[in-house]
Amino acid sequence: MTTLHWIDYAIMLLYFAFVLGIGAMLRRYVHTSEDFFLSGRSIPAWVTGLAFISANLGAQEVIGMGASGAKYGIATSHFYWVGAIPAMVFVGLFMMPFYYGSRARSVPEYLKLRFDEKTRGLNAVSFAVMTVFSSGISLYAMGKLLNLLLGWSFDASILVAGGIVLGYIFLGGLTSAIYNEVLQFFLIVFGFAPLVFLGLRDVGGWAGLSARLAGVATGNGYAPGAYTRSWAFMGHASANPVGVEWFGLVMGLGFVLSFGYWCTDFLVVQRAMAANSMTAARRTPLIAALPKMMFPFLVIIPGMLAMAVSSTSTVRQTKVAPAAQVAPAVATAPGVTTPAPSDPAASEPRPGIVPPKLDTRTGQPLLDARGRVVLDYDLATPMMLVHFFPAGLLGLGLTALLASFMSGMAGNVTAFNTVWTYDLYQSYVRPGAPDSHYLAMGRFATVFGVAVSIAAAYVAASFNNIMDFLQLVFAFVNAPLFATFALGMFWPRATGHGAFAGLVSGILAAAAHHGLSLPAGAHVGVKGGYLGVVTTYPSELAQTFWTAIAAWVTCFVVTIVVSLLTRPRPAEQLHGLVYGLTPKPTDDVKRWYERPGPLALIVLTLTVALNLIFF
Amino acid sequence: MGIDLRMPLGALFGVLGLLLTGYGAATFGQPGTEPSGVPINLIWGIVLVAFGLWMLLLARRARRATSGSTHP
Repeated sequence: MTTLHWIDYAIMLLYFAFVLGIGAMLRRYVHTSEDFFLSGRSIPAWVTGLAFISANLGAQEVIGMGASGAKYGIATSHFYWVGAIPAMVFVGLFMMPFYYGSRARSVPEYLKLRFDEKTRGLNAVSFAVMTVFSSGISLYAMGKLLNLLLGWSFDASILVAGGIVLGYIFLGGLTSAIYNEVLQFFLIVFGFAPLVFLGLRDVGGWAGLSARLAGVATGNGYAPGAYTRSWAFMGHASANPVGVEWFGLVMGLGFVLSFGYWCTDFLVVQRAMAANSMTAARRTPLIAALPKMMFPFLVIIPGMLAMAVSSTSTVRQTKVAPAAQVAPAVATAPGVTTPAPSDPAASEPRPGIVPPKLDTRTGQPLLDARGRVVLDYDLATPMMLVHFFPAGLLGLGLTALLASFMSGMAGNVTAFNTVWTYDLYQSYVRPGAPDSHYLAMGRFATVFGVAVSIAAAYVAASFNNIMDFLQLVFAFVNAPLFATFALGMFWPRATGHGAFAGLVSGILAAAAHHGLSLPAGAHVGVKGGYLGVVTTYPSELAQTFWTAIAAWVTCFVVTIVVSLLTRPRPAEQLHGLVYGLTPKPTDDVKRWYERPGPLALIVLTLTVALNLIFF
Repeated sequence: MGIDLRMPLGALFGVLGLLLTGYGAATFGQPGTEPSGVPINLIWGIVLVAFGLWMLLLARRARRATSGSTHP
């Protein structure tokens, strides 16, 4: 366990005071429900842009991408340069005119305007349930991590974090969440940047990192460059640690999953809807894409470094970094104790500071089918923090970690309270009430959303399988969404019945495909195969990507067929909702690079360049 | 909406930076404060102060520009 100094606590308390202070300051600007849920559509583009990525930059991102960096190497960058940027450009250029222009207050409300009540209802209910459970799952992950790393009480950690998020959203609504997301964005950048700097300095730069990871790669049966080149080994699933081939990657991740998330998830779209003009709304995801494409350096490289740095820390010990040194797996920094395994298989020499995963029943390190120690990759980034940061900077790093948990949770809670109040409560429970009633309901829904998140965190703590199962169901629900939105926005002939039938059959197709396939080495159950194993995939990610492809194609085809069989809506009802029936948006900015088109071109060029540099 | 975000942003990072710089200066040279041989608290504290000041400067400039336009 790492013990903190007064300076570390001082930094954390300062941060807590600021986020709550911002909520308190913004309270007097909240008069209507639109102020609370949509910030009165008054926020400049640079703020909504940074909030756009910060809301997505939850703990799953910082911890999860570090874990993937340790597990897959630089190929994890595909989640950014393939699986995020193109979709962010698309939503800004082509979809925002309909989201912002239709004056819909939420993504489900757009579905109602474009299609019908039942399509909106399906989307609103599944989204509302999904957001509170997602925020619960990340709360649980945070409580567990702080307990393991610092010995803090699980209960106190989640209650304090949940309470602070509740406090600032309750006071200032979406504006408060957005302002704090920008604060959290900069904290995460400034908290993790020194980690990358110190880590790379320790291993001798990118060249030193490549050399050390080459050893890890050959040890795991891959070519030496498998962890430091993103595309070179994507030709075949067995040649790269990700276990996916390029087609499944580009179609499954780059197209279906990525467009499904960035283009339809209200959590991120809500930030753009809060922008102060159509141009600002369209620029929001484009401005967000610029820092987003640099994030691999901030969140993936620490994970890769965790596999390569020598396990003797220089913090709290000596001044000079020892040369590459292969030490027993768990001989970490003084003051840092990881559960010490007594199993001889665990203490075989290997570089890196990622501790082994322990069997919850026996307390012994888990071994895979080949008798090798399974590493707890989720601890890669947290271990790097305690390995490199001295007191003071450690406080900043841990505050950045807390900030990422809070920004993700606040994103979920603000999206939940809006969908609940506008799409469920106002539509089905109590329509036609005065606006002040819905503002009060929004505040109540914030309390309710945080309370359910905390409850979900406890459910996750006691029944891990339920959460795995829920996340699986969410994946099925999300997979077909982009087909519905793409057809809705670009094909006037698509009908409500078509959209609903497409969505339902897409969800069923995802479940069927998952139930008929299994990743190599997995057991039948929550990992798939429960309808009989027809095909096996080289990895879980490959199965996920192909499940998404199956869902998308089914939804796309069924929506078209059913739409052609049902009566279309008259064109005059679709103005502002569908491409071709909506006037082209005009730009209200002066400089050429501020216009969405040229900005998108800059973003895409840089993304291609990054892919080529790490090819 | 009401508040220029660069004000609280500048204030937070300014104070954080001062704390870190002060702590780094007070503990300078002590064992365990220089990972990879770098007095990182001191250096990073100064970086944070610089960022904080830059944000405050931008906010001040924006406020001057708007007050200039309302009172020509």
